[in-house]
Amino acid sequence: MMKQRGAMKQWSIRAVQAGLALLAFGIGGAQAQEPLKIGLVSVLSGPQATLGQQVRDGFQLAIKDLGGKIAGRPVEVIVIDDELKPDVAVSKVRGLLEKDKVDFVVGPVFSNILQAIHKPVTDSGAFLISPNAGTSNFAGKACHENFFVTSYQNDQPHEVLGKYAQDKGYKRAYLIAPNYQAGKDSLAGFKRHFTGEIVDEVYAPLGQLDYASELAKIASAKPDVLFVFLPGGMGINFVKQFRQAGLADKLPFLSAFTVDESVLPAQQDAAIGFRSGMSWAPNMNNPQSKAFVQNYEANFNVVPGSYAMQAYDAGQLINAALTATKGSTADKAALRAALKKADFVSLRGKFKFNTNGYPIQDFYVVKVAKRADGKFQTEIEEKVFSDYGDTYAAECPLK
Amino acid sequence: MRSAQAMVRCEIFMSLFAIQILNGLQLGLLMFMVAAGLTLVFGVMDFINLAHGVQYMIGAYLAAVMIAMTGHYVLGLALALIGVLLIGLLLEHVVFRPLYQRSHLDQVLATFGLILFLNQGVKMVFGASPLSVPVPAWFEGAVLLGDGILYPLYRFVIIAAGLIMALLLWLGVEKTRIGMQLRAGASHPDMLSALGVDVRKLFMLIFALGSVLAGFAGALAAPILSVEPGMGDQILILAFVVIVIGGIGSIRGAFAGALLVGLIDTLARSYMVDVLRLFTGAAAARGIANGLSSMFIYILMAVVLFLRPQGLFPARGRS
Amino acid sequence: MMPAAGAAQAHPMQGPAIFMGCVLALVPLASMLTGQSHWVPLCTQIMIFALAALSLDLVLGIGGLVSFGHAAFIGIGAYTTGILIKEGWGETLFCLPLSMLVCACFAYVTGLVALKTRGVTFIMITLAFSQMIYFAAQSLYRYGGDDGLTLPKRATVLGQAFLGNKITFYYLTLLCLLLCLFTVMRIVRSRFGRVLMGARDNEIRMTALGFDVFRVRLKAYVISGMIAGLSGFLLANQTEFVSPAFASWQRSGDLIFMVILGGVGSLWGAVAGAFAFLLMEEVLSGLTENWKVIFGPMIIFFVLFTQGGLARWIALFHKGRGQGHG
Repeated sequence: MMKQRGAMKQWSIRAVQAGLALLAFGIGGAQAQEPLKIGLVSVLSGPQATLGQQVRDGFQLAIKDLGGKIAGRPVEVIVIDDELKPDVAVSKVRGLLEKDKVDFVVGPVFSNILQAIHKPVTDSGAFLISPNAGTSNFAGKACHENFFVTSYQNDQPHEVLGKYAQDKGYKRAYLIAPNYQAGKDSLAGFKRHFTGEIVDEVYAPLGQLDYASELAKIASAKPDVLFVFLPGGMGINFVKQFRQAGLADKLPFLSAFTVDESVLPAQQDAAIGFRSGMSWAPNMNNPQSKAFVQNYEANFNVVPGSYAMQAYDAGQLINAALTATKGSTADKAALRAALKKADFVSLRGKFKFNTNGYPIQDFYVVKVAKRADGKFQTEIEEKVFSDYGDTYAAECPLK
Repeated sequence: MRSAQAMVRCEIFMSLFAIQILNGLQLGLLMFMVAAGLTLVFGVMDFINLAHGVQYMIGAYLAAVMIAMTGHYVLGLALALIGVLLIGLLLEHVVFRPLYQRSHLDQVLATFGLILFLNQGVKMVFGASPLSVPVPAWFEGAVLLGDGILYPLYRFVIIAAGLIMALLLWLGVEKTRIGMQLRAGASHPDMLSALGVDVRKLFMLIFALGSVLAGFAGALAAPILSVEPGMGDQILILAFVVIVIGGIGSIRGAFAGALLVGLIDTLARSYMVDVLRLFTGAAAARGIANGLSSMFIYILMAVVLFLRPQGLFPARGRS
Repeated sequence: MMPAAGAAQAHPMQGPAIFMGCVLALVPLASMLTGQSHWVPLCTQIMIFALAALSLDLVLGIGGLVSFGHAAFIGIGAYTTGILIKEGWGETLFCLPLSMLVCACFAYVTGLVALKTRGVTFIMITLAFSQMIYFAAQSLYRYGGDDGLTLPKRATVLGQAFLGNKITFYYLTLLCLLLCLFTVMRIVRSRFGRVLMGARDNEIRMTALGFDVFRVRLKAYVISGMIAGLSGFLLANQTEFVSPAFASWQRSGDLIFMVILGGVGSLWGAVAGAFAFLLMEEVLSGLTENWKVIFGPMIIFFVLFTQGGLARWIALFHKGRGQGHG
């Protein structure tokens, strides 16, 4: 009798243990099967759509390379077109957060959209990972523990050219940028390391396509070097008109985001030899980058620019973090710590996060060249900064 | 030495000013071509066509496609215009004709639906990124205007084309029989059918003419502006401003209004920052300039409407 | 430039308004039961635009004045609220009346000018004024300019953050909507409303009868502006973001479409029209990215094959039922 009871007790205990295990597996497993929802906010209409498409394609390529799964969970990417309109972005992102309850929002491309969606996303508890925009306020005083940037702080690519111009001994620089916040930040960034004379600092109306008067003023001012920040359609037109005006042989052309892979197909030969600054270029000499460039071109038929690279890294970042937490998004603190570790192999080689969630990485001056197959890309010329963190991190209270 | 420097700066200023005047003329003439069709449709047919801007966009897209396909500018342009005409006639038959007797509000709503459909349709077919249309080979290059300043030749071509169009329209409206019917219709629409004019045919003609003009403007603008979905919406609102300033139903009014709006808008945008800098700091000037310069044509319109509600050159007989 | 005759009624139907009020009051409950928690913010947003559409129906449907600049009032209300919140003065009892007051002033001054004109001229002048507000908002570079302004929080009520709660805010918006709806209905049924409608149908006769049509219209325009300003206050709090786009001509156009869809002059129809328009947009955009290609033709068919908007449909449906029973 005693033996039977003892046996029954043992079985009961085992049954309970088994039941608990099943339950735990069920819960954990249930979450393991639950799709991971990621919102992707990018500009997919209008003149800047080519940049937004690179971000979308780069990110989706990363998910594809991971087999559509992160830490065993199928990934659902919900793509949102912000149309480069902050009010549209806010409205759609709010809908995304309320309806789909995403854990991650990857985006945006442009800084003004970032300013608009930062609060709604971080307030909701989701993580915001920007594959391009990296404004100074969120690097400094307004930094947030749920905000990570896989690109750079906005000033940095411009600082690269400022330092380059200074090191090369240029004395008189002429600057031109569009008349909006990013334009002002750009020229401020250039001036940080350049101590020569600024002949003039011109802000062209945003979206302007005709540079006859600006080029006339540049020609008559006769500076040593020109620094240009004119993204998208603005840059396409400026570069073509600059070359047509015959200034390309007389004036060194330094730029940021003006001759990148998103606009080179439109600029073509007009941009050859022009310089820019970035943390990566398609000809970077490491195995993961080479594989990525090949992979991207095979899938999308265009040369990837930094936008695609950064978006791809964002995908890798999320994968690394979730693998560390075994697919669980329930423990936000653990997930945050895992994100901060950035334990993945970046396409650009060295990569780690600063205290404010912005990267610490190397920067190079790159030059536009024509490839053997007729396509255009930027190529690394020389390194300008090593392990360069941004200037605003000191103001960020996060540790 | 000093006076020489001052003279050089003055020369540069004059050349840059000349560029802005030319830019203003160019914008004005493009707007004239769009506004002319709109004012006739509204004036004679009493029909509010919000989709007029879309016809401008279709002209640009068809031009991009036809020129790329045929590789030949004039042929491509001609094909594009034929396409615009056909589409315009199709729209007239299917969507607009049932609406002639309806209230203006119904016309507004229906043509709004048309805008949504066509803008999205164009995006689906051609993608969201702008199409690139090259400047035709004979018009490439630039013209030298004093002191090494280059002005693109193609923009002169646009100005010339606009002026020729204006002349042709003027001749057509003033000197031909159909033009007479048009003018009659613009001043006294109800009398028209009473006089035995085939109103149906006249409406179709006006529509066709308006569409082709708008499409032609779009095709002309394509190499220098962005060919993208929604490019017609901004032009639409400007066209309405133009015809209200000029006088509804009046081609002369559309011409005067368009040039006025084009010049004022361009000059305001170019010089606003500099003017503001006389009154306030650089940062404030840059911040305010964009909004303030955009307001100018609306202030102009409000003033004109207040002082002369029928417009600057109203169709004769219209009160 | 008159709306389709017969669409507006001297005695706007109250039944549908009460029905809508009841349905809307139950939405938060339904949302909790079905777990669709996004219904509450979605309906809040729609009700805000319904309020603006209602304000437009007063001048457009009842008054016969097609205002193409009503979004300006939303923008003014939103920016007044937004700037006050940003500067630390975000108390509802202060912001809300001030927003409505600024809108009233703008409506008064612009109404003095605009109401002297008729027809297309009126449409274009109201457009001009709203464009001026739009560009003025763009020049507010200290408050974000074209990029808009993120608000740190919603307005407080007596110092408490009541509005931060989604459900509370929903019911506040519903309350505002119903209050304004019944108030406007009351106005329309009064002598003032009848003069307004009389002026819409035959201005010369009303003037000959001795009514000061201009004064009456100006009053209606100011009331309308204030209600739209209220919706601006609510919008700023709901999105916690203000942008010049709130005052764009496209938004003014959207309001006109909602009013037409619902049935010009039916008042509750404006609310229905707003719901129809925005819900259709929400549903279709969930189906496909290219939803406008379906929405556009739907609108065209609606115009071509119906007359008088949703209100007429509902009225005919009711009549049909009545006849069936009779």
